[in-house]
Amino acid sequence: MSDWLGPQEWQAVALSLKVSLWATLISLPLGVLVAYALARGSFRGKQVLNGLVHLPLILPPVVTGYLLLLTFGRRGLIGGWLEETFGLVLAFRWTGAVLAAAIMAFPLMVRAIRLGIEAVDPKLEQAAATLGASRLWVFATITLPLILPGLITGAVLGFAKAMGEFGATITFVSNIPGQTQTLPSAVYTFLQVPGGEASALRLVGVSVGIAMAALLASELLARRAAKRVAGQ
Amino acid sequence: MSLSVDITHPFGAFTLRVAFEAPGGITALFGRSGTGKTTVVNAVAGLLRPKAGRITISGEVLFDANKGISLPLYQRRLGYVFQDGRLFPHMSVRQNLTYGGRFAPKQSTGPGLDEVCDLLGLDALLERRPGALSGGEKQRVAIGRALLSRPRMLLMDEPLAALDSARKEEILPFLERLRDHTDVPMLYVSHSVSEVARLATSVVVLEDGKVARFGTAERVLSDPDMVRQIGVREAGAVLHATLARHHEDGLSELSVSGGRLFLPHTGMAIGATTRVRVLAKDVIVARGKPDGLSALNILPAEILALRGGTGPGVIVQMQCGKDRLLARITRRSADALALEPGVRVHAVIKSVSIARTDIGTG
Repeated sequence: MSDWLGPQEWQAVALSLKVSLWATLISLPLGVLVAYALARGSFRGKQVLNGLVHLPLILPPVVTGYLLLLTFGRRGLIGGWLEETFGLVLAFRWTGAVLAAAIMAFPLMVRAIRLGIEAVDPKLEQAAATLGASRLWVFATITLPLILPGLITGAVLGFAKAMGEFGATITFVSNIPGQTQTLPSAVYTFLQVPGGEASALRLVGVSVGIAMAALLASELLARRAAKRVAGQ
Repeated sequence: MSLSVDITHPFGAFTLRVAFEAPGGITALFGRSGTGKTTVVNAVAGLLRPKAGRITISGEVLFDANKGISLPLYQRRLGYVFQDGRLFPHMSVRQNLTYGGRFAPKQSTGPGLDEVCDLLGLDALLERRPGALSGGEKQRVAIGRALLSRPRMLLMDEPLAALDSARKEEILPFLERLRDHTDVPMLYVSHSVSEVARLATSVVVLEDGKVARFGTAERVLSDPDMVRQIGVREAGAVLHATLARHHEDGLSELSVSGGRLFLPHTGMAIGATTRVRVLAKDVIVARGKPDGLSALNILPAEILALRGGTGPGVIVQMQCGKDRLLARITRRSADALALEPGVRVHAVIKSVSIARTDIGTG
């Protein structure tokens, strides 16, 4: 099966899957937290948080990438601290690609989860509290299971966005084959060299395949979860 | 186990000022809509923080504005049955029922799952999901769920208001059984006199955010001054009766403290204690013992009070054995018969005027 994709193409596909998976896993808990705060919280600076979360959706990706480089680069404020304390380097590494993908996917994820939370009747959570459940229990046993459809949609949207992330990634971690060359970066590279169209086309095919599979899987899961949540 | 409420809270155009002590059994919070009933229950439950006052249950403080104490919702251990059921849609009926049990203190006692299923007829529903239940079934599950969280008290906010009358009739016997077979006290919000007459042990009548009347259900319902709040068509007293025998012609004979009552067949067992609601508009007052009358129930009584309103009607309150009765007659008849307190009369009640829904247990 590996013979229809060249080694560089395989590397790009594998790296993209790895980066997107990590980006989704890491941003999901934070996404739930932020979505919950935006849906239910009433605090000062809620609109600022909302704006901040949505910023990557509106900014040119190359600007986001450059801002990441400035803050998370080795000489950046957070980047320097991360390297000193944990020995963690993000710039020009696959870990940096995870960060870039996560940030770019975050707004889509939060939006989907927030819609899910807003669809949960707070009266049900109230009922659980009258039965003796503390806030944490209410969240774990009522809110979380009920937002599952939104959670699945959010995760798949985030994953798909991470798979396709290009501008911020290439700006922040560059395009090093085997290290930071994701699927979109590889397609871009192949299109720049003579005779690379065939490779690019194969990667495009893979890209479409993964996207379709993810969408179908999420549709199936979300439908099943929605049925459960509706009480049937 | 008694609940003591004394709270003040701004409420729409007026201020809610409510104080009462609920003993055991079912305490009904009765009043028209917009009189503050739900506000009181929500304050007790912890869904609303009153401006001032104090709420205690069995001496334990749930809320005290002066001391700044307000026990959070989940620590109050009051089972709340909402009007809209609020079953958890992602759980089966069994999971809904057992949800609160895990949060109850280990040493707490109360009916178990089997007992509650028995009491509320839930056995056949256990593996179903809430989406597949009828309105009445949902409400029965909601009551069972609250009961199984081992609450110190059950709070019910118009639990039958969202149901049609057939569904109501389906649930009322279960609530009666709850009252008669468990020792969990209940605070029951209702604007329906027939529900109060069937269920309540004591009644708190709310009017414009104040307690207009508080007493046993028998006393409050047989009070001629309450007729204005209840409405002349709905006003009526509650008699306590014991089922004596069933007759072959379809009548049941009940003994009340003032004599015998013949009613349409009740389906209850011989010896069962019942309460019978007799509407004031269905009672005829006779000076001498009437003869040659089709009505089967003629009870000797003594007039306690007469209350007239602006209309042509008069409400007559009578003592009948240990029970009290109300009759609504015209002022013209009252004058013609020279009715006044102390006069001995006969109260005449048509058997068929008493609906099956006016006969309950307890």
